[in-house]
Amino acid sequence: MVISTPIRLEYTFTAGEAQTRFLRGLAEGKLVGQRCPACRKVYVPPRGACPTCAVPTEEAVQVADRGTVTTFCIVNIPFPGQAIKPPFVAASVLLDGADIAIFHLLQEVDVADARMGMRVEAVWVPRDELKASMESVRYFRPTGEPDAPYDSYKEHL
Amino acid sequence: MRDVAVVSFAQSHYVRSDTQHNEVEILMPVISEAIERSGVPCKEIGFTVSGSCDYLAGQPFAFVNALDAVGAWPPIRESHVEMDGAWALYEAWVRLQCGDIDSALVYAFGKSSLGDVRDVMTLQLDPYCVAPLWPDSISVAALQARALLDAGRCTERDMAEVATRSRRDARSNPAAQLSGAADVDALLREPYVVSPLRRHDCPPISDGAAAIVLAAGDLARRVSKRPSWITGIDHRIEPHALGVRDLTQSPSTRLAADRAGAGRAPVDVAELHAPFTHQELILRDAIGLGDDVRINPSGGALAANAIMVAGLARIGEAASRIIGGDADRVLAHATSGPCLQQNLVCVMEAR
Repeated sequence: MVISTPIRLEYTFTAGEAQTRFLRGLAEGKLVGQRCPACRKVYVPPRGACPTCAVPTEEAVQVADRGTVTTFCIVNIPFPGQAIKPPFVAASVLLDGADIAIFHLLQEVDVADARMGMRVEAVWVPRDELKASMESVRYFRPTGEPDAPYDSYKEHL
Repeated sequence: MRDVAVVSFAQSHYVRSDTQHNEVEILMPVISEAIERSGVPCKEIGFTVSGSCDYLAGQPFAFVNALDAVGAWPPIRESHVEMDGAWALYEAWVRLQCGDIDSALVYAFGKSSLGDVRDVMTLQLDPYCVAPLWPDSISVAALQARALLDAGRCTERDMAEVATRSRRDARSNPAAQLSGAADVDALLREPYVVSPLRRHDCPPISDGAAAIVLAAGDLARRVSKRPSWITGIDHRIEPHALGVRDLTQSPSTRLAADRAGAGRAPVDVAELHAPFTHQELILRDAIGLGDDVRINPSGGALAANAIMVAGLARIGEAASRIIGGDADRVLAHATSGPCLQQNLVCVMEAR
């Protein structure tokens, strides 16, 4: 015998002060992180605390919407709800001015060309479609600049 | 057994719904305050352990994010219990018995406001025969209150008196969410929420966090003038199925209190984690607390009930009575599960 007992719970997400600033920044086409007052590292997205120093982070810092691919994977397997047709590249991007990489899509590139050190830039949605969501950045694409040397991002892998 | 003491306690101001801060932002100042008060440098803490419940946030592994608040790099020795922070403190106490480290940070956090907590708590019930009926947490507690009333063990007036005393005492607790003067007769004229429980019989819904620093032996004596020495700590559990238990009794509390040595000498203060008024009456009976014992001077869980935090806060509040010099022997209790299913008793003394 099979009994179905559906469970559905609704939650309100509290972004918090730091992530609220980040999300509002996205609605204006900006990437806003926070700098640790102790170790000076810049976290994007910020969580209001430095996980290394255990101190609150308050100083807001806008970082560039371009950066370096530190690592990546090629998604070959289709799964339910997948928005993009495989194969595609998911990459860790270290934005210029940030000390922690973010995850995002890498497009406008042949998957065989994706590589560590590749310089990439954000492709934003049109200005009037910006919202307080990471979806404001559609994806990253190669800038065509020379690759960043390994030493410039080896601390961020 | 190695001597271990609570040397500091800190907690947030509990609120109905903190829409400004996420869990890390609530925790940061609480942990900083506990560590600063302890006198143990942050980087010298030997072990870190937390208590929380991902069902409250509705996110798997939500507790991992909270590590941002403790400075986990270079890597620290860390653990987590998906339980009230009181059980995290138990793990820290056991860990300190190993003898290779001398201090531990214990913290707990809970934002009970993010979901419908009455439904969230339903999911801790038997998933085959009970949870599909969706009895919410207040209905389940009401079953227990009804059993107690029908057994002639208490009256609705007794229950209302627990509420008025808690709210009155909470006036001197700046962290409390619910406090003030209340008249028993007026409370008894209020309608039932779920018969026989009225609003005052139920805990408030609270967001908050608490942290405790434990230190062993010489370190405790060095950093604290008056450490709150843990002389006994024990926890026991009863069957999950409500139907096989006598809900008017708490044999697990009785056993834990006995093993923790609660009855060896009188206690000045008892902090009991009783989210519902009738549960305090059951607990007092199970532990054998007389009328001369000061119960819940903090206001208890009826004044603030951040789920996963309220039990640890009872230990912190009781320990604060020793650290502050107001008491020489105290008892703290924490509970988990429906109708006082699992219970922890911690006895602490000044030396």
